[in-house]
Amino acid sequence: MIGSLTQRQRRIVSQLCWTISLSIVAIPFVFPFLWMISSGFKGPTEIFGQPSLIPRMWRWQNFLDVFSYQPFARQYFNSLYIAVAVTLLTLLVSSLAGYALARLRFAGSALVGLFLVSALMVPDEVTIIPNFFLMRWAGLMDTHGPLILLPVFGSQGIVGTFLMRQYFLALPKELEEAGKMDGLSRLGIWWRIALPMSRPALAAVAIITFLNSWNLFLEPLIFISSLEKFTLPLALSNFTDPYGAPLWHLQLAATSLAVVPILIVYLIAQRQIIESFALSGVKG
Amino acid sequence: MERKPSTGSAARGSAPWLTLRMREAMEAWLFLSPTLAGFLIFFAGPLVAVVWYSLTEWNLLTQQATFVGLDNYDDALFRNPDFWHVVRNSVVFALGLVPLNMALALMLALALTRRFRGVVFFRTVFFAPVVTSAVAWAIVWKFLLQGEAGFVNQMLAGVGISGPNWLREPDWAMVAVIVTRVIKMVGLNMILYIAALQAIPRDYEAAAQLEGASNWQIFRMIIWPLLGPTTLVIMVITTIGSFKVFDHIYLMTGGGPENGTLVLAFYIYQQGFQFFNVGYASALAMIMFVIVLALTVVQLALRRKDT
Repeated sequence: MIGSLTQRQRRIVSQLCWTISLSIVAIPFVFPFLWMISSGFKGPTEIFGQPSLIPRMWRWQNFLDVFSYQPFARQYFNSLYIAVAVTLLTLLVSSLAGYALARLRFAGSALVGLFLVSALMVPDEVTIIPNFFLMRWAGLMDTHGPLILLPVFGSQGIVGTFLMRQYFLALPKELEEAGKMDGLSRLGIWWRIALPMSRPALAAVAIITFLNSWNLFLEPLIFISSLEKFTLPLALSNFTDPYGAPLWHLQLAATSLAVVPILIVYLIAQRQIIESFALSGVKG
Repeated sequence: MERKPSTGSAARGSAPWLTLRMREAMEAWLFLSPTLAGFLIFFAGPLVAVVWYSLTEWNLLTQQATFVGLDNYDDALFRNPDFWHVVRNSVVFALGLVPLNMALALMLALALTRRFRGVVFFRTVFFAPVVTSAVAWAIVWKFLLQGEAGFVNQMLAGVGISGPNWLREPDWAMVAVIVTRVIKMVGLNMILYIAALQAIPRDYEAAAQLEGASNWQIFRMIIWPLLGPTTLVIMVITTIGSFKVFDHIYLMTGGGPENGTLVLAFYIYQQGFQFFNVGYASALAMIMFVIVLALTVVQLALRRKDT
């Protein structure tokens, strides 16, 4: 009987119940990752054979074939450098704008904020067709230009701007005023005083921007056509035989290579990463 | 440096004739200029352009646009049966995804704001798919849901159930893309709910317990009403997100089978970038814009009346 259990026993039972039920719910969240990695080590015949999490034959060859099937290393690098460029540019542009919206007084400040917010209500799909013609006109087809410009100035950048604005608003003004007394220009105050105090907000913007760029799919699909300019998501979708059927063992090996580093970083910095999403989710 | 502090800051710098206020305004516009330029070039301009495109018919050969008025809208709304099929798919997707996502998110959040060992671990687990690329997630699930040889069906066969060919039958394909999308995204809403739950003072719950309220009563009478604003935000974000879903479906089903999972965002892509019906696709984009806007306004209005 529950009533006869001591406080301690009751706690243990409750702990056990929660752990077991949450573990069951967690299966479809965790298992796909394990199965992805395991299948990446299997050969094309074993992959649909008797299911086994531990491959009978460890086929390391898959992870080499991935790189010879298409310029995967180059594609990996593309994703990395584009995500870094997008992140740095977004930090710069959105912290400048966020600072102006938070600290500087000028006619039309509220209106600018309203315009920017309204852009968040419009899905990217709505403006993608004109942006396609704009990029073609600018000669940026099959270049990484659109993959950098559109996220920086699109909804992602605007979310960043409002995150920064919110954070600047909460900072004490005194230090900045002291900076002014010392003869710092406005740019100097922003760079030397406001930004160093805003590391948590900058980190949050950096995290969500980086991941967003890393995972971008529609824009590469539309703007990029040559293999060596592909980004990772596009490359992953491209492991097919000449008839278009997926080469699962290669595709899953490549997917593991793309996902596992992100997962490792996530496991190390999960608190910070989750908090960043929570911040941007509420604002977005 | 400053000999006359009273007028010092206005006189400092290269433009002594500017008043302090004008100077500050100028700095503000300077700070905002990259964002505003980007906004005009990549958002406002295209938004105007898409309205114009939607009123034209594009000739691929001559690359010329002819003004056709509302013909593209007429085509979508009244002549082309595909359009309503696609809207129906999008609505089914949203109606399946939003309640499932929100209910699961709330349940996980309620469980994970209790005190027991492993809370951080489970939070990390349920959020992991959110940081994973939609492409990777779709590829792995497509693999798991292959016909007979797929892992899910092999498991089902192990307990004597013959599973359907998930991604090859229109109705099951819809179920599959909804459920796998929920698993991918539920962590985000879970986190938002956890943050909201943690903001509720513990005294409320303690006081209710003293009054002899059951757990369900505490939830129904105290927690759920206090979560109202969060629920609204989550509902708006999730609904809009469900209308924008593209990569997930593109990779899992390609819109098939028999267009059974062809949703609005996919249809726009197909018409615009595969068939190059630029005018028609732009009209679709405008319709999507209106739908998303209407959903937001309706949900905000409903909530306002509610409280």
